[in-house]
Amino acid sequence: MPAVQQLAMQASGEAPRIRLQDVAVTLGGRSILEDVSLDVVPGRITTLVGNNGAGKTTLLRVVVGLTRPAAGRVWRASRVRIGYVPQHFAVDVNLPITARRFMALSGYADAARWQEVVDDTGVAALLDQPLQGLSGGEMRRILLARALLQHPSVLALDEPAAGLDGRSQGALYRLIGTLRDRYGCAVVVISHDLNLVMAASDEVLCLEHGRIACRGAPASVIEHPEYQKLFGSHLGPDTGVFPHDHHDHSHAHPRRSAAGGGHG
Amino acid sequence: MDEFILTALAAGLGVALVAGPLGSFVVWRRMAYFGETLAHSALLGVALGFLFGINLNLGILAVCVVVAVLLVLLRQYQRLASDTVLGILAHSSLSLGLVAIAFMEGLRVDLMGDLFGDILAVTPTDLYWIYGGGLLVLATLVAIWRPLLSLTLHEEMARVEGVRVLPVQLVFMALVAATIALAMQVVGILLVISMLIIPAAAARAFARTPEQMAVIAALIGALAVLGGLAGSFQWDLPTGPAIVVTATAIFALVTSARGLGAARA
Repeated sequence: MPAVQQLAMQASGEAPRIRLQDVAVTLGGRSILEDVSLDVVPGRITTLVGNNGAGKTTLLRVVVGLTRPAAGRVWRASRVRIGYVPQHFAVDVNLPITARRFMALSGYADAARWQEVVDDTGVAALLDQPLQGLSGGEMRRILLARALLQHPSVLALDEPAAGLDGRSQGALYRLIGTLRDRYGCAVVVISHDLNLVMAASDEVLCLEHGRIACRGAPASVIEHPEYQKLFGSHLGPDTGVFPHDHHDHSHAHPRRSAAGGGHG
Repeated sequence: MDEFILTALAAGLGVALVAGPLGSFVVWRRMAYFGETLAHSALLGVALGFLFGINLNLGILAVCVVVAVLLVLLRQYQRLASDTVLGILAHSSLSLGLVAIAFMEGLRVDLMGDLFGDILAVTPTDLYWIYGGGLLVLATLVAIWRPLLSLTLHEEMARVEGVRVLPVQLVFMALVAATIALAMQVVGILLVISMLIIPAAAARAFARTPEQMAVIAALIGALAVLGGLAGSFQWDLPTGPAIVVTATAIFALVTSARGLGAARA
């Protein structure tokens, strides 16, 4: 019987807001996650990487409470608030709703908070647009702004950069980093773009077949044999943070080798 | 004007005012077939109403609510595709209703009235049901408006944000069931869903917010009732179908005008 408990933790310092311990998830008799532990810590960006079917999305769903584990424990700090940005978001064409109204639906936010979030996410010009008219990148920023309005202590982002061009992806990750610093929330994010992940994350958790293949700071994870087995040993040229090898392109490029979705 | 015409008009307007807002959610949540299934099950409610000697509106409401809850639960734990479950329940409940009525010897049921509506046979007691029930439905809809809109936009995001999804869904289904029970006498089992869908679809062209669409849908539904009753009175047409044809004409007009406007822009 899984235990989802309230964890009486200090709200300050490095105490995790959510803790997963030896979590396992089974869907339709198939093991999706096994023995996964994770601390979701304020001020830390934890990025989940892995190939298709590795269990990334399932793990994020356990973190936000959408999936109950079959085994293991999940603790949540009291009064933890989660801002969730799903991977897929499409509004029925028959539903007339502006971005402003959509954001306001998330709950009460005073004028100061509203202004702060709108400025930080740069969505002022989008507020009176119908949701259906927004581009993918604009919609991501609106979803992020909506999540921030709820004063989240944890931000859970399911492939926030999916479908965006390289420049927009970079801008989005920089924004996530800025928001982490400004609001002090814990961030758990799924990404397929390893270049950006390595530049923007504090911790990388690499999943394979539902198990943690390796984890740690980006600089250490990239040296890990399991990581190199999965994604190759070199990062692309656009990271600006980690060195890359101009001579050997025979390895699968991280961005290409890690692409995909599904159970993720 | 004859009293029965005024009673029919009052009944039709009452149903339109409730069906507009509810129908908007049915459109947004793409639940037309779901509503159709509930409507088909209403005939079983008629049969059970006769069988147990209770008010037919209560019989219809009870069966619709049971089927609605069944549908929600089957969607939660389904092993079959949604449209397959709906198809099975829609047609089996309609057939079960017809078979049950056939078994009741000595009972004369106005099947045409049940299937296509008989607004001119509405009694003042029916009006109490329509307005009393209608007010209750609207008040409940207002109470769950915000969480229902949230989960209509994205169910999982709403769940993470603390919306109690299943209870809100069940209440909404009960409201749709109640509206079908109220509207059945006006347009009948086979046409009742049109009173939910068509005015809401037509209202989309004018609305800039969800609330505007709900109100405009109610007004378009009321206009369709007025037009349908007038046409029925003038040309001796079946009233239920005349109301639906009027609603469809409004929808076609609005959609064409919108298309022309877009083409010129």
